[in-house]
Amino acid sequence: MDLDLVTSILAIATFAGASLVLATIGEIFTERVGILNLGVEGMMIMGAVTGFAAAYRTNNVWFGVLIAGIVGGLMALVHAFATITLRADQIVSGLAITLLGTGLASFLGQILGPDGGALVGLTGPKFTKWPIPGLSSLPLVGEGLFNQDPIVYSLFVVVPVSWFFLYKTRPGLYLRAVGESASTSDAVGVDVFRRRYGYTVLGGVMAGIAGSHLSLSYTPGWTENLTGGRGWIVIALVIFATWNPARAVVGAWLFGGVNAIQFRLQAEGTNLPSSILNMSPYILTIVVLVLITRTDKLRQTIGAPAGLGIPYYREERG
Amino acid sequence: MTTTQPGTQHQLVVEMRDITKKFPGVIANEDVTLEVRRGEIHALLGENGAGKSTLMSVLCGLYQPDGGSLHLALHQDELHQIVLRSPRHAIHAGIGMVYQHFKLIPTFSVAENVLLGAEDTPTVLDLKQAGARIKEIGERFGLPVNPEAKVWQLSVGEQQRVEILKQLYRGASLLILDEPTAVLTPQESDALGETMHSLAASGVSIVFISHKLDEVIAYADRVTVLRDGKTAATVDVVDVTKADLARLMVGRDVLFSVEKADADLGADALVLDHVTALGDRSVTAVNDISLTVRGGEILGIAGVAGNGQKELVEVMTGLRTPTAGSITVRGNDLTGKSAIDFIRGGVAHVPADRLGQGLAGNLPLTDNVILKSFRSEPISRRSFLNKKAIHELSTRLIAAFNVLPGNPDAPASGLSGGNQQKLILAREIDATDRLAVGDEPAVLVAVYPTRGLDVGAIEIVRDALLNQRAIGAAVVMVSEDLDELRTLSDRIAVLHGGEVMGIVDPKTTSKDDLGLLMAGERLS
Amino acid sequence: MTFPWKFELERRLEVSRWVSWGVPTVSVLVAFFFGGIILSLAGAPPIETYRAMAAGAFGSISEWVDGNFFAVTETLVRATPLIFTGLAVAMAFRMLFWNIGTEGQLVMGAIAGTWVAIYLPDLLPWLPQTRWVYIPIGIIAATIAGATWAFIPAIMKVKLGVDEIISTLMFNYIAILLYQQLYTGPWKDPEGFGFPGSALFPEFTWFPKFSEMPVLNVLGGRIHLGFVLAVLVAGVLWVIMDKTRRGYEVRLLGENTNAAKYAGISVVRNVLFVMILSGGVAGMAGLSEVAGLGHRLQAGLDVGNGFTGIIVAWLAKLRPWSVVIVAILMAALFVGGDQLQISLGLPASISGVLQGAILISVLSGDVFTRYRLKVTRIGVVAPAVGEEA
Repeated sequence: MDLDLVTSILAIATFAGASLVLATIGEIFTERVGILNLGVEGMMIMGAVTGFAAAYRTNNVWFGVLIAGIVGGLMALVHAFATITLRADQIVSGLAITLLGTGLASFLGQILGPDGGALVGLTGPKFTKWPIPGLSSLPLVGEGLFNQDPIVYSLFVVVPVSWFFLYKTRPGLYLRAVGESASTSDAVGVDVFRRRYGYTVLGGVMAGIAGSHLSLSYTPGWTENLTGGRGWIVIALVIFATWNPARAVVGAWLFGGVNAIQFRLQAEGTNLPSSILNMSPYILTIVVLVLITRTDKLRQTIGAPAGLGIPYYREERG
Repeated sequence: MTTTQPGTQHQLVVEMRDITKKFPGVIANEDVTLEVRRGEIHALLGENGAGKSTLMSVLCGLYQPDGGSLHLALHQDELHQIVLRSPRHAIHAGIGMVYQHFKLIPTFSVAENVLLGAEDTPTVLDLKQAGARIKEIGERFGLPVNPEAKVWQLSVGEQQRVEILKQLYRGASLLILDEPTAVLTPQESDALGETMHSLAASGVSIVFISHKLDEVIAYADRVTVLRDGKTAATVDVVDVTKADLARLMVGRDVLFSVEKADADLGADALVLDHVTALGDRSVTAVNDISLTVRGGEILGIAGVAGNGQKELVEVMTGLRTPTAGSITVRGNDLTGKSAIDFIRGGVAHVPADRLGQGLAGNLPLTDNVILKSFRSEPISRRSFLNKKAIHELSTRLIAAFNVLPGNPDAPASGLSGGNQQKLILAREIDATDRLAVGDEPAVLVAVYPTRGLDVGAIEIVRDALLNQRAIGAAVVMVSEDLDELRTLSDRIAVLHGGEVMGIVDPKTTSKDDLGLLMAGERLS
Repeated sequence: MTFPWKFELERRLEVSRWVSWGVPTVSVLVAFFFGGIILSLAGAPPIETYRAMAAGAFGSISEWVDGNFFAVTETLVRATPLIFTGLAVAMAFRMLFWNIGTEGQLVMGAIAGTWVAIYLPDLLPWLPQTRWVYIPIGIIAATIAGATWAFIPAIMKVKLGVDEIISTLMFNYIAILLYQQLYTGPWKDPEGFGFPGSALFPEFTWFPKFSEMPVLNVLGGRIHLGFVLAVLVAGVLWVIMDKTRRGYEVRLLGENTNAAKYAGISVVRNVLFVMILSGGVAGMAGLSEVAGLGHRLQAGLDVGNGFTGIIVAWLAKLRPWSVVIVAILMAALFVGGDQLQISLGLPASISGVLQGAILISVLSGDVFTRYRLKVTRIGVVAPAVGEEA
């Protein structure tokens, strides 16, 4: 493999992986606080369609991102309300969010266009690449890291800040504590209810914005099924990253890179079955899952939050 | 307002005056008075249900008392009356509670756990500085821990240290320890005793809740004994013997008069031969126990909770596999067999946790009635259930034990505790009835069978057990109620530390002697 | 100043029949109400739209009089895979095994069925090439394939403790990618003019259509053996769950694992049993789709029948017969939505919106079947006496 090939794979992987990183970090926040939200696909696709529609109508990509974030947050709010306040099953509620999201997105895609028409096929505003002078021409990494759009650049801040927040700050400590043991957190005076709401909504906002990156930059425009199951990849990535924002980047590169490599290999005429390559991230996720379940040390250090998926409410005292 | 001269040796830091706390139908505390001095170790002794936990819940702000007053002098020199509105408020006032089930997050480091509970944690964590402070506090009070260690890697004793450190870090100067030794090994208990002494020496006051006479004598300066929600006495430990405390704790011997014929002993029904088994934490919980239970007798199992009763019962019912020794039920060696073999082999089991283990609360009574018999005719035939037979059996058992309300299709969780117990008894006794025909007596293992029941239900349960004895079944009854054990049992085996300290005749053994055995002392 | 009312949820000890039916009914009505608002906002008259959907899904009396049952049969065709997957999920969820891998198990069933249809006749040329032989073989193969795909996560769960939510989810994608690889690659029809899909199955492997059967032929349309099979499976599962010892064991395990262990019931055996059954049933869904409709392995199998099955099972409270009914109603929403495009020129995706709204509404409403809302007025808290300054 020559250098150009690696450079271009890295560039595509970064570009393709950006939405995955954002949504994965959002879901990491949500799961870290103990809420499993299987509605990522629904929130992303709603972010994609509303983000594109808003940007199209105002001719402002940033407004699109804003709307996408709000819509994603609202969808997550529904999940939070159903599971935290109404104590509904988290799995079913998450699937409901995905079902509602894909249905609603498809519906909105047909009516949010000009004069109540369809959005499909419209060319709207999109993010342009902002090459960073000097850095973007670096060998190997220049193209991938320094010739991207602002959303990708934002990850340079989002990833380390998320990591720092989670592990080095008091709110981060409380956030992790709630996900590990809601009852213990409650006993030491951490407001479980409020934090679960807050981080579930934050996860939705990030998924929404991630969706808008697809419709405003990666594959500009709106088409049915634009997210193509990326929301489910995010669920896998959270495990792959073992609930750590920094590792989410590695996972997203892998998933994003698999696509890029596949295109290149096909172009080169290599005969490796593409689905085997596509399957590898999922298989790897299962391997990671088995490892963090089986190895005591791994489970305790990087395993799932102990309180994930477990509803919490104070027992009524007699 | 009572005030004591600051600096005097007996300066009070806590005074709970005439505390009364009522719950619907129960008076948990009635005019209870508790005085704690600065730097003393004060034991709060009493049987289960004596009102210890309620009193401490009042002290740590969880419950509001219905009467009486609370005075503290933790952050100041003179006692002030105070109303604690919440646990947070109590923490603020300098009271630190160490629960029996630790409030720690296993995946967090010691420092993170301490910071989680602290009020002055800065927005950006400074684990290094916190670690240094934890180390410093630890050294001052003889509580060595590594602030960077993850809690899951620590032993239970170390985790308890972290809990205590957490309270000290918050600035608590009164520590309440809820049955602190219940989860500890003897060595860890001794270490805790030393820690308590060094804490007390540096001015921290300690209240520890206990129902173990041993540790009260060993660790405490003074002890307040609660009985039936009232203060029985507050005494200096040096002035009393274990026997005195036992008498204060359980009161005068009150013997229920129970009509009980002499035992008509049958064949050996349940034989444990040098059985050893591990507990959930892979520590030996049942240590080399040999027991023989014969048809027509009730063998009582006495002991302070947590001394191997749970594991022994699980071994007897096939729910736990022993690591050594053998178990014979009605002549069949069932060592290493599973629960289903024990059920088939003739062991009935009234478990301690009714809704957690004995019943499926959301399922109707019918489904609960057939829990043990669903595999056999007429309840099922060739893997199909027989609805009619199930209904007949349910109706019959519900009527026989007067389970109310007796709608067989209603969920079991709708029953009161007493009626749940009646339902379980009905089912288990029905199982032994089927087997009692013939020479080999059936085995009935009843665990805390009357716990939490009202008087009427207690009577029914006791009658049922005696009736089983009369018809020749071998009954094992685990209980914490010494009166109950003494009136019902033909023999009492006393457990301590997973071992049988002795098997005694209740007619010739005083309650004090039982208390000593429970405390781990063999009778001479 | 705090809000003077306190809302608390209080557990209901007994759930009356009225509550258990009334609450979901009200929830569905609420969903249609909100759906109506969305429709109005989108410029579609709600009542008329709903009426058009109903007509699209079930037809009209005049059509029935004419012997035209096309709408109903289309709904039943759409319901068939949902019944299978709904049943599969219901079985697993009954004992709290979160099998969200029915999508993958369905796909594996289709792959196995395809292999039987296309490759078995050449492999075993002596086998009589009739439906009486090949349809049972297909069913067995699809069942085994689906069951295997469910068995792996199940054994990983009981032996290694691996969380089944994620493992079954991953298995979905592995199966889907395998399936895509097969019909675009090695199994692609060499005479298919580049069209991605396997060769057409030989006719003796096709599920017979109702139109080929006596009596049922009045219905006509595309409805096929798969529907009968699905209802049959529902019956069998109902018998197992309700009438047998095994069903009792599963029920007990789902309600209280400790009580089940206390009753001498093996957790491992039952988890494996249920997952084999669950995966097997999901596998039949895949076979039913390829052998009953397209008669080849091609795109369109992975349209979310597995996920919708979870929703169907949940709405049906995991009861087999209710699964059949809910699946048909769910399918009616799909088919009715498709018809809107034709009759009112509205986007078909309205059905997805309605499904989501119904689901969320019923899900949220469910709390009121388990709890009752207690509203109490908070008294004015008097300042505490002698409190520290």
